[in-house]
Amino acid sequence: MFRPRSIQSSLSFRDKLISIDYILVFSILILGIVSMFAMYSTDGGQFKYHTESHILRFCVFFIMFIILSFVQIRFWHSTSYLIYILFLILLLAVKYFGLTSSGSQRWLNLYFMNLQPSELMKIGLILFLSKYYHRIPIESINKLRFLFLPIFVLIFPVLLVIMQPDLGTSLLIAAGGLVVAWLAGVRVKFFAYSSLVFIALLPIAISFLKPYQKARILTFLNPEKDPLGAGYQIIQSKIAIGSGGLFGKGFLNGSQSYLDYLPEKHTDFIFTLFSEEFGFFGSVFILLLYGIIVSRIVKIGNITRSNFGKLYCYSFATAFFIYVVVNMGMVLGLLPIVGSPLPILSYGGSSMMAIMFGLGIAMSCKVYKDSPVN
Amino acid sequence: MLSSGSGNTVIKSKLISRRMFLLTAGKAIVLVGVLGRLISLQINESSKYKTLSDKNRFREWKLAPERGIIKDYFNNEIASNKQVYQIHLIPENTQSIEETFFRLKAILKISDKKIFSLKKKIAKQKPWEPIIISDNLNWSEFSRINLFLHELQGVEPIVSVARVYKDESSAHVLGYVSQASVKDLKDKKYLKEMSVPGMAVGKTGLERRLDEQIIGEVGFQRYEVNAYGKRIKQIKVDPGKVGKSFKTTLDLEVQKYVSEILADKAASVCVMDIYNGDIVSLVSSPSYDPNAFVHGIDKKYWDSLIKNDRKPLTNKAVSGLYPPGSTIKTLVALSALENKIIRPLETVKCSGKIELFGEKFHCWKKEGHGVMNLRTGMKRSCDVYFYEVARKLGVDRLAETAKKFGLGKRVLQNFAEERSGVVPSTSWKKKHIGQNWYLGETLHSGIGQGYFQSTPIQLCLMTAQIANGGFEIKPRIIFDKTKNNLKEYLKFKNDNPGKPLPTDLLISNFELKPLFKNQENIKIIKDAMYSSSNEPGGTSYRSRLEDKRFTFAGKTGSSQVKRFTEEQREAEVKQEQLKYENRDHALFIAFAPVNDPKYAISVVVEHGGSGSKAAAPIAKKVIKKVLERHSLRMATNNLTGDSI
Repeated sequence: MFRPRSIQSSLSFRDKLISIDYILVFSILILGIVSMFAMYSTDGGQFKYHTESHILRFCVFFIMFIILSFVQIRFWHSTSYLIYILFLILLLAVKYFGLTSSGSQRWLNLYFMNLQPSELMKIGLILFLSKYYHRIPIESINKLRFLFLPIFVLIFPVLLVIMQPDLGTSLLIAAGGLVVAWLAGVRVKFFAYSSLVFIALLPIAISFLKPYQKARILTFLNPEKDPLGAGYQIIQSKIAIGSGGLFGKGFLNGSQSYLDYLPEKHTDFIFTLFSEEFGFFGSVFILLLYGIIVSRIVKIGNITRSNFGKLYCYSFATAFFIYVVVNMGMVLGLLPIVGSPLPILSYGGSSMMAIMFGLGIAMSCKVYKDSPVN
Repeated sequence: MLSSGSGNTVIKSKLISRRMFLLTAGKAIVLVGVLGRLISLQINESSKYKTLSDKNRFREWKLAPERGIIKDYFNNEIASNKQVYQIHLIPENTQSIEETFFRLKAILKISDKKIFSLKKKIAKQKPWEPIIISDNLNWSEFSRINLFLHELQGVEPIVSVARVYKDESSAHVLGYVSQASVKDLKDKKYLKEMSVPGMAVGKTGLERRLDEQIIGEVGFQRYEVNAYGKRIKQIKVDPGKVGKSFKTTLDLEVQKYVSEILADKAASVCVMDIYNGDIVSLVSSPSYDPNAFVHGIDKKYWDSLIKNDRKPLTNKAVSGLYPPGSTIKTLVALSALENKIIRPLETVKCSGKIELFGEKFHCWKKEGHGVMNLRTGMKRSCDVYFYEVARKLGVDRLAETAKKFGLGKRVLQNFAEERSGVVPSTSWKKKHIGQNWYLGETLHSGIGQGYFQSTPIQLCLMTAQIANGGFEIKPRIIFDKTKNNLKEYLKFKNDNPGKPLPTDLLISNFELKPLFKNQENIKIIKDAMYSSSNEPGGTSYRSRLEDKRFTFAGKTGSSQVKRFTEEQREAEVKQEQLKYENRDHALFIAFAPVNDPKYAISVVVEHGGSGSKAAAPIAKKVIKKVLERHSLRMATNNLTGDSI
């Protein structure tokens, strides 16, 4: 069972192909196809800009995902810090050279696409911390001095993203980081202390929030208060989903989205659109696909030998789950509207790129499951 | 290193797996939460959200229905509809209300006051509900708007229909329509579902009486709209229902003719078919332009109507109250005959005045008429003769007869403007004034003065019911095809001349209601009226029509506005010498033709002086006109047009 290193590193291409998790690949493919239909519907039943570029992106990044799967896990381990630093530089670049759209500076113009480094940072932070906790001995994990670096690498990008301002993404980056720390065995008390500090700092943080962000939180607490203003999105989303009923209104028949009652239907509210057109069964189908993807990644974590691989797969699976749940909670009116895309389904190149990148590394853990990282 | 490292790795890996297990449990709980929410939204509350979604999706715009048409007896349209050019505004579709108004002001003439009230209205209604900026533009204004339309978002040029009245002669009886007021919407139940911008409701006359049926049914357009209020596609259109059209018994030609004769006089004329109660003409003068009200009357015209002391807005024929004056003498005489108080040939000597109960009662003729009987008393309208008859008759018996013949109560049904007048009696005075009756007041009542108040239409009905032989008729303006018992009876009588018809047979066979005890008495009165109009010395002898086809029998009347003082009486002041507002009202009632009566007429000229000089000549012309058109009228509708 424990094969020498030489054998592992010299896997034939056939071996690699066989060891790919095909259930995971097919689930992603099906989700991709579903996303194309959803995008087609948001374009009003026509092949327009959104549909075309979404299909293109999915294809490109899906191929990237397959290619990344064959990259040795050792490579990812060794370049983890580097990747993190690269993403951090990109984030800093956003601060100085970024494009501003609707009041927030999030994008870098790469000419062939507008890149949103904060999306990539979601994966970058998980990679960094997985390597970090993989490397330090178990006795040191809960030593205070070993906590400084994780806190720093977490806080720094989160602050950069908050300042863009982009509350949703920054929270999701932080969530990914915290999950790694939790899995690595950081004591509950540290989480408790930090949440206390967080609560204590909350009033100060709120004072830094932009008015629209404050409005969103207030709106979440009582959406009916201002139905034509800030609460509009939540109300219309609930109407769309609720009116879908058991079987939905049918493909291309979602009146709420077709008649523009749904805001941001390409991105954050893509699930609403799908749910309106395909009803409860459609929603459960999507939920099931995501469930399969998450559980397959967890399964990879179970069988991969290295703790780096385990930490990464478990964290990524959990983060992926959080992305899905936060988005759904948002459109279902369970969480405030914070602006977080639904993995793969939502329109958006950076999000697609980051997710496929993350999935690629996870698949690499599968392909090189028996290979040690150092 | 490797072994210790691997031991470390195993411990770590176990820790990671344990913590992952906890996380997985957490995930499961969250997943259940999301699923539960989906069930709650999409299954449990699905119908609620479906309704909300449809509410988003569909929007309805109501359409004002087209009003029914009112026609005269010959199917001429007297109230019809015409195309009008309107400008509507949908506030939601404008970029800025202020700017739109500013531009509209430059293109059309809209006052700041109007804009202010429009803005107030906009604030009260839903942003997608259209508001009418201008409801009756002329073609040049309309085309100018269309020229600038590209820069007037939310403004819609609309071609609609609105009420139009062809002439002013029937303004009072038809009434007019105007924008529904807040009060209308509150009071009239049928308007509840009809709050459509631009909805006109009947305010007066027939337009008001028939409003519920003539107004039609509101239609709607249902559109699918997007989030910005833009109409995407039409889902359903219900054009509503055009209101019911009505045919009236009026003769537009006669209306116009009468209106011309009356010109600017404050007067009214009522002509009625004596058998079926069809009102052929009902004109009040001076008239006004009812079209001015349809699109909101302008202040200047309104003021001129209100300030005019001849009261053009009042329908004098149904709401003008006048003492009947000497026209009541027909009923005084009839009542006395019916109650067997007098015999026709009993005489009274008139010396110009009598003194009774310590009061002087003057005859209109200072020097007196000499010896009078019923026929001569009527013919010359001798007051003293009727003082004497009234004294013997008493006011209560007179009141009974007067009420029977239609005085003191409304003649038409549901005609809002109509007034009921007063038939005085001892109990009436007790009830309304709280005093006992004075005998002197009986004498005043006997010549139609004092408390007596009647409307021209009541006097016309009274005359008609005398003329038709004393049978009750129900006057009507709206044409209907119900069979006419009175005519059938007369036909039967003509076909079987020898057969006597007892009164109770009239009631059972023809459902007629005789107003007399002895029909002979009616004949005596009709004959007395004949003498008044056609024999020398009769009060309206000068206005007689000698052509047998037109000869009428009538009775003049003058009702005092202000009592004559002794000085005026001594000085023999003529009516023409008095100030206009102090002159007597001139009245005249008649039926024609004498030997085969068909129509009854009443003419009242306010402050006309005397009935014989001011009212009878008008009646003469109108009677001729109506009778000339009789055969045409009969030919138009053979159901009710059987000649007798």
